[in-house]
Amino acid sequence: MLTILFDGLAYGMLLFVLACGLSVTLGLMNFINLAHGAFAMAGGYCTVILVNRLGVPFALGLPIAFLVTAALGALFERTLYVHVYRRSHLDQVLFTIGLVFMSVAAVDYVMGSSQQFVLIPEALQGHFIVFGIGMSKYRLLIILICGLLTVALQLMIGKTRFGSRLRAAVDDQRVARGLGINVGAVFAITFAFGSGLAGLGGALGAEILGLDPTFPLKYLIYFLIVVTVGGTSSITGPFVASILLGIADVAGKYYAPKLGAFVIYTIMIVVLIWRPQGLFGRSAAR
Amino acid sequence: MPILETIGLEKRFGGVTAAHGVSLAIEKGARHALIGPNGAGKTTVINLLTGVLRPTAGSIMLDGRDITALAPYQRVRLGMARTFQINQLFSDLTPLETIGLAVSERLGLGSDWWRLVGSRPTVTEEIVEIGERFRLTDVMHERTAILPYGKQRLLEIALAFACRPHVLLLDEPAAGVPDAERHELLATIAALPEDVTVLLIEHDMDLVFSFADRISVLVNGGLLVEGAPEDVARDPRVKAVYLGEDLDA
Amino acid sequence: MSAMLPPTHGVAAFLARRARWSPLEIAFWVFAFATIWLFPGKHLILTETAILALFALSLDLILGYAGIISLGQAAFFGLAGYVSGLLAKYGIVNEPVIALLFSGLVAAALGFVTSFLVLRGSDLTRLMVTLGVALMLGELANRYSNITGGADGLQGITMAPIFGVFRFDMFGHTGYIYCLIVLFVCFLIARRIVYSPFGLSLRSLKGNPLRASAIGIPVNRRLVAIYTVSAGFAGVAGALLTQTTAFCSLDVFSLERSADLLLVLIIGGTGYLYGGLIGAVIYKFLQDWIASLTPQYWQFWIGLVLVAIVLVGRERVDGWITAVRAAIVRLGGRLVARPAALGS
Repeated sequence: MLTILFDGLAYGMLLFVLACGLSVTLGLMNFINLAHGAFAMAGGYCTVILVNRLGVPFALGLPIAFLVTAALGALFERTLYVHVYRRSHLDQVLFTIGLVFMSVAAVDYVMGSSQQFVLIPEALQGHFIVFGIGMSKYRLLIILICGLLTVALQLMIGKTRFGSRLRAAVDDQRVARGLGINVGAVFAITFAFGSGLAGLGGALGAEILGLDPTFPLKYLIYFLIVVTVGGTSSITGPFVASILLGIADVAGKYYAPKLGAFVIYTIMIVVLIWRPQGLFGRSAAR
Repeated sequence: MPILETIGLEKRFGGVTAAHGVSLAIEKGARHALIGPNGAGKTTVINLLTGVLRPTAGSIMLDGRDITALAPYQRVRLGMARTFQINQLFSDLTPLETIGLAVSERLGLGSDWWRLVGSRPTVTEEIVEIGERFRLTDVMHERTAILPYGKQRLLEIALAFACRPHVLLLDEPAAGVPDAERHELLATIAALPEDVTVLLIEHDMDLVFSFADRISVLVNGGLLVEGAPEDVARDPRVKAVYLGEDLDA
Repeated sequence: MSAMLPPTHGVAAFLARRARWSPLEIAFWVFAFATIWLFPGKHLILTETAILALFALSLDLILGYAGIISLGQAAFFGLAGYVSGLLAKYGIVNEPVIALLFSGLVAAALGFVTSFLVLRGSDLTRLMVTLGVALMLGELANRYSNITGGADGLQGITMAPIFGVFRFDMFGHTGYIYCLIVLFVCFLIARRIVYSPFGLSLRSLKGNPLRASAIGIPVNRRLVAIYTVSAGFAGVAGALLTQTTAFCSLDVFSLERSADLLLVLIIGGTGYLYGGLIGAVIYKFLQDWIASLTPQYWQFWIGLVLVAIVLVGRERVDGWITAVRAAIVRLGGRLVARPAALGS
């Protein structure tokens, strides 16, 4: 049972890293970015190419995936997304779905439709047995990396100047602008960072979640559930939500294989009925 | 028995008290004005009366019936309608459709999905009558969004009136209306039927003193003074609140 | 268009005139039915178009008239699709029309039950809930593959003749006529709804729900009602697909299907009932043309169209559509139903 907890924790933290960018973008810019998963996919494929084909060491492949995806995010943000910020939610949905379709088809064309596997270094294969709990080394790594990232994020947002500018802009854009905060730059940097994180998550998660061109569509609902349940006004919200969902999903699939997948959906619906703004969100009038 | 009564109405938002101890008793057919400086909580009171906000304490009685727990649309059906300080209209509908909508709803035809709009003579007659009363006859077929502001304001009141309320709450009806169109608006308000009770929120003191037979003054969420216009105008506390503003009508 | 308001009977006459069938509308349907004889070899693709048109009509009712953004119409489409398939396969209800009605009602029931989730929360929440329900059903269908056939799809369906007389033939003739008639009937119902006081109240609560409730409209009740009707229509479309193809598979629940539907409606324009129908025709043309060029990567071009439409601006696209319609109208004579506000 503890193994399940451990696996669920790893899965949940992975989800968090993947989804937190989406949560911040939604909370910050009130922008529904359904193409978020495409950046995760990009990170995954980037690592595949680097590690499998170019022989780059895994430890290097991860940060490069982050940087490449972040750059991609910044590029898209400045060239495409910026035109759609002020549009209605329907327009944003249409736009980002269009991007997803394009990215899925493009990746299919370039990389083929079969599932890709990242060549994990020997050191990370296999598992430890600690107090009778089987801990996969890879999942341990995930927990470590994601845990560090989470702490770093909290510190960055809570303690740095950029963080306070970000929080101000999330709280009230107009007032933030009035205070002289360059909201546009905050958007761009945050979007790039969020995309980079997604890319990193995609690279890390290729082994566990499976990487193929349909990744953005398959996992879209999971990201959305994390954001919905966790709310968009903090980092802790999505974090707790991800852990909860990760453990619930793994446990559900183990104990009740037929209905396991529904645990997440059920949680989502229950939360939406009980608290439409998420477990931790403020009631936003949006 | 007063037709509209509030007992100890209170509204708190977290640490902020927007209204406290508001007790009003308005008689049928009255022309009652609610005045006060900006931020006094006048619109909050209207929102509480109409059900847009739930009070943290106190109750509201309409015609002897406790309506505190009722949803906005239910209060409308019991005979209370309001206008908004900033026009809340249906920008893509025409005045004809807008008024027709309110009339249909009132007559219980709102959920009728089979009959065509306008197939009942009672409805169309009423639309024409209301259009004439509110001087909208010549713009009945224009899209609301392109109407001049004064006409929109008239439509705003016409829409509330089309609900044939017993109690009509007007939230700053003259706000933003250009001088040229003001006269039409004021004349229309003055011509409202006598059996309709009107609660008016206004800053325009000319309108208040020419229209109201009773005035309540709201300051910082609480009622300061209530009485006949002459008494309120003379009251030193009111003068202090308005700081030298000439209240003598 | 400022006219002196005519006396009472004039108002009634004006409203009645507006709801009357314009020559353009009549021409549209005459042509639609004429396609049965004009394009005898194309009945299969025309059937798909008719089904898609009905599906899009269902979305227009909630998106164009009530302002609900939904990514989950596929839930109702798929549910009725499987229900009708199972009814036919196991001989529970053999007569196709009765099975169609039953499946539509089942979908409407699901719509009713889930409508309460859609009422609450923001646009994002609605998106979530609608998408979530559709995916959940897809997952259900996948898991219970012993009933649904899982990834292989529901097979072994044989359709009995309609009314015991009209057999479903291999070339899709019966199927097409069947679909076209069902589409027309549903359209008539939708048209009636839209021009009724109920339909007017929908337009008002889409534009300004605050004011709508302030004039006595029970906003939530109306939304539940139209969402249920829309689910029923989507269900009928799904059942038609199963009945005309004698097959039903998991992709009826997919996100792609719901997303394509949005595209269809956006192409055609929302809020005037014909948007879904026209959009379906254009979409099918596009699909046919692009598929002949690059069969595998069709999704890429669809995505590109979506992105392009949004970047150009839906209002501008709508402006072009309106301009084209106005040109046709000037040729045709009388006004088509006045376009209401765009889905936004």
